[in-house]
Amino acid sequence: MKPTHRESLRHIVLLLPALTIFSAFWLLPMARLVSVGASGEMGVSAYWAVITDPRYFSSLVSTIVLSATVTFATIIISGITGMFLQRNHFFGRRFLLATLTFPLAFPGVVVGFMVILLVGRQGVVGSVTEWLFGEKLVLAYSMAGLFLGYLYFSIPRVILTIMAAAEKLDGALEEAARSLGASPWQVVRDVMIPGLKPALISSGAICFATSMGAFGTAFTLATKINVLPITIYSEFTNYANFSLAAALSIVLGLITWLALALARSMAGSTVAAAA
Amino acid sequence: MKRSLRFYLQLAFTVVVCAFLVVPVVLSIMAGVTENFFVGIKSGLTFRWVVEVWTLYNKTIFLSIGIALATLAVTLLIGIPAAYVLARRQNRYTRWIEELIVLPVAVPGLATALALILLYGQFSGFRISWTFILVGHVLFTLPFMVRSVLAVMSAIDLKTLEDAAASLGASFTQRFFHVILPNCRQGILAGALMVVTLSMGEFNITWMLHTPLTMTLPVGLADSYASMRLEIGSAYTIVFFIMIIPLLVAMQWMSEPAKVKPRFLS
Repeated sequence: MKPTHRESLRHIVLLLPALTIFSAFWLLPMARLVSVGASGEMGVSAYWAVITDPRYFSSLVSTIVLSATVTFATIIISGITGMFLQRNHFFGRRFLLATLTFPLAFPGVVVGFMVILLVGRQGVVGSVTEWLFGEKLVLAYSMAGLFLGYLYFSIPRVILTIMAAAEKLDGALEEAARSLGASPWQVVRDVMIPGLKPALISSGAICFATSMGAFGTAFTLATKINVLPITIYSEFTNYANFSLAAALSIVLGLITWLALALARSMAGSTVAAAA
Repeated sequence: MKRSLRFYLQLAFTVVVCAFLVVPVVLSIMAGVTENFFVGIKSGLTFRWVVEVWTLYNKTIFLSIGIALATLAVTLLIGIPAAYVLARRQNRYTRWIEELIVLPVAVPGLATALALILLYGQFSGFRISWTFILVGHVLFTLPFMVRSVLAVMSAIDLKTLEDAAASLGASFTQRFFHVILPNCRQGILAGALMVVTLSMGEFNITWMLHTPLTMTLPVGLADSYASMRLEIGSAYTIVFFIMIIPLLVAMQWMSEPAKVKPRFLS
């Protein structure tokens, strides 16, 4: 049944507040950001600077490599842990699950601080290695620290998504594979991974996009690490190079948006990032 | 029941992963109440760091609560009507709108913040007020409210409910407040918890939008990590934990019986 004229009018009125706020404070500013990006000395070619200028290109490459590595490691770690927690019931399981949900609400800065407490100058790992080998292991203020930080905020999200998907997997399929003589590894490769594929793709994309844009963690650990969000930030605040910062942030935004859109078309479900 | 070796190996792995997440939290709580973290617990327990955090940063706590509640009010006012239309009218245009409003979450907060500053930064009255941060938080949290409400609205047969009420003579206002809203309260509540939690923890957008007079809790945290001793940063982190735990517990409690997935997870 087609909606009446009166109904249509009502629906437009109800949508209007959200659309107005969104247009005024996101669409218009973004349009401005795009035009500022092309307004510098370099003009529109500022958008290519991320590839042609070795400084920005190296920053882009290291951000992509870091995010891809984090995504890969997170999927493997969370896959093992998530499947284990979903399939086994034992004393203390609820406690382990609770520890996984807690870091979900941490902002990036807090995650950075967690890494400092773990592997920073006064960190617990450093004290242990000093006691064992007489030398302090300090990783926090380098790429390794960023890697740990990004793992820290990615693991809980991905584990919970995998557990939700694993709940819907048919355990009988695995039983059947096993009774037909499949090895444990074959069951994982041929039954579990295909079954979890949509969840793996969508949570992997969220993990990748979040890592690409993560600012708080890198900001806390060191403002000298060469990742794109930090580069954009220092171009904007330290060098007042607004047009380049704008161009770089548009490029970064396109990459994260593209990663999420691709994953959605592959996984066929709604994918949204959460910072 | 006898467990296999594989079980214990996987258990050990899981425990290591959980330790990775929990050990730093425990460390920060310990550091926040220890006289001197470098010396260790034997230097004595104290609340003086917490007290110091309170005197230095209590404004950030109140500002964060204020902004979170204002963000909640705005997202409720504009998000629920929008979700209603998106649920009732499922066509090309509404799908487009759904896609559009998720963009501030899909694009890094840094980009959104830069865009806001470049367009509105010149209006200094707006730039220095807390409403500048409110705008960023509304953009970032609105999709979570809309999706949470939309999920419930799509699960119930909204149209039949409305038609039944209408056939009994209920006006649209009556239907909206007495039929639609009560039927979606699960989704509204879940969305509200999500919005408040996200707003309290938002940093990426807020860091660019804040001024020295409009510091929120996460901005204050970054400030203390950079410029204060470790014990003060830790004590401040404890304050953040205390504020965020009730929200997390409420979210878990909500998601369990009804099996409404928290919307962090897409």
